[in-house]
Amino acid sequence: MNLLDLHDVEFAYPAASRRPRPFRLAAVSFGVVAGEILGVIGPNSAGKTTLIRLLTGVVRPTRGEVRLAGRALSAVSTWELARTVAVVPQEMPSAFPFTVEQLVLMGRYPHAPDRYFETVEDRAVAEEAMVATGVRELAQAPLASLSGGERQRAMLARALAQRPRLLVLDEPTAHLDLRYQVECATLLRTLNREHGMSILLVSHDLNLAAELSHRLLLMSEGRVVRLGAPEDVLEEATLEAVYGCRVTVAKNQAGDRVHVEIAWPERR
Amino acid sequence: MTAEAFSRAATTSPDVATASTASPRQRLLVTLAALVVVLAAVAACAVFLGSAGIAPAAVVRVLSGRAEPDSVERVVTLALRLPRIAAAALAGGALAVAGAAFQGLTRNPLAEPAVLGVSAGAAFGVVTAQVFGLGVTLVDALGLTACAFVGALGAAGAVYLIASAGAGLSVQTLLLAGVIVGVFFSSAITVLISIVDINRLGGVIHWLLGNLAPIPPAPLLLFAALTGLGFWLVVGQARELNLLALGEEPARQLGVNAERLKRRIFVGAALLTATVVAFAGPIGFVGLVVPHVLRGLLGQDNRLLVPTSLVGGAIFLLVADTVARNVVAPAEVSVGVITSFCGAPFFIYILRTRARTAP
Repeated sequence: MNLLDLHDVEFAYPAASRRPRPFRLAAVSFGVVAGEILGVIGPNSAGKTTLIRLLTGVVRPTRGEVRLAGRALSAVSTWELARTVAVVPQEMPSAFPFTVEQLVLMGRYPHAPDRYFETVEDRAVAEEAMVATGVRELAQAPLASLSGGERQRAMLARALAQRPRLLVLDEPTAHLDLRYQVECATLLRTLNREHGMSILLVSHDLNLAAELSHRLLLMSEGRVVRLGAPEDVLEEATLEAVYGCRVTVAKNQAGDRVHVEIAWPERR
Repeated sequence: MTAEAFSRAATTSPDVATASTASPRQRLLVTLAALVVVLAAVAACAVFLGSAGIAPAAVVRVLSGRAEPDSVERVVTLALRLPRIAAAALAGGALAVAGAAFQGLTRNPLAEPAVLGVSAGAAFGVVTAQVFGLGVTLVDALGLTACAFVGALGAAGAVYLIASAGAGLSVQTLLLAGVIVGVFFSSAITVLISIVDINRLGGVIHWLLGNLAPIPPAPLLLFAALTGLGFWLVVGQARELNLLALGEEPARQLGVNAERLKRRIFVGAALLTATVVAFAGPIGFVGLVVPHVLRGLLGQDNRLLVPTSLVGGAIFLLVADTVARNVVAPAEVSVGVITSFCGAPFFIYILRTRARTAP
């Protein structure tokens, strides 16, 4: 059974919401297989963020159904959903300078929402998550004092503290320099291989997505264009049609690694 | 290195629970205990201070029940000073909790009942009720509070609608909306006062500046009960309020019922504000100063801030009121004047430090 299923899902933001352009998600169907890394790619306004909102119950489909391990999402409590699916957002605005440890401990909320304070076990889980993402030394540092990369890793630690089965990452490497991109990728792969964590990776970085993902989902204008192995999805003709610019796709000799490059127009 | 770190942690996880700092629970209990001791000390001082100039020994005689039944010192101590101390402590605690609640709800450390115009809305409700003849009995006090509550909800709702009309709730828009709504309700109060015979609104000017006149026992109990209810509404959502600081969508993705949370905090903070305004007038800035000082001591955790604000606010307003009663004795300054003198520099300070640290 798939960990998560979208079955013929349609969604449109209500007319009253102030969006620059009307946006619809049309007849989207796919599943996240337990234990896989699924990369979601596509141009701006392809529907990637809406997809995250749908599968975390922030918005509900106007048609079709989202299922979590076979159960309709509407029948799953918000706490149970948060114990199963954890989201690492792109950026987390905070008006108040909470510390890294306080942030990570917030990930324990769905496990005992009625409790006023976290238990010793909660603190142990948070500690473990901070060690895993390399922010243990920053535990008492206020979030506002961190660099973009450190903040990203602190948010990843908070998601790990939820002990989810599915980790959803929204542009995980957007604020990271090259070294931390590699570290982040290594960490995600370790989580996946050694701990069986399923990962849904939403990224603009086609090469990162191709490097990490078992399968890629290419979206455009609210529709699924392709779903399959990275080397099948990342084809020049497909990408040029979706992104509207020239690209070159290189493959290694074994044919199991692909690399996408922009074919820059001539300089004038 | 992080990948190895994770594997290491996975094998050694049971042992890493060694916390280097005191747990939040311990910090809360220690801070609360210390604050209660300070409150008791301040209250004890306040009993001995006042314009009547009663000797400390006489106050001790009253408190130990050895004074003449109708003696001046007995009346002053039991019917004037003690109820006033209780009212100041209740009002201060309620306002500080309301401040912390509004700050968490709006994700804005400058939010506060007076700054947001909520106090002015509640005051308008009270003046309207007084125009219709409600006074100081228990039933009347309930009616006044109800009117204040309606006014507070109206003002807070208006601020929210104005501020959220643009793109999200920005810090500056929210404050401006609060100022505008406050000005509107203050003007409306002025209109009411002008068209109604001023004698029917006895002491309204004094009350509008914040005035902790002695409250009879039964309404005082009502004051305490309503403050308790408001505090319960807010403290019950303190953990969720922390998560709301991450933004509404991340909070929902962590399982927080954001609508219920916002409703409870909104109603709780409005109720606390309305109760204080009905019983003691619109006293400003307590909700700004107290949570801010406590943040400096305890950090950002609302589970620590909300309960300690209740006691810290009581201390702050009791000190302010004792100063107000004694600084120009035998006359007295309105307590709201004292809190504003303390609060205005605070407001500017927070605004400036925020402007510097904001990205």
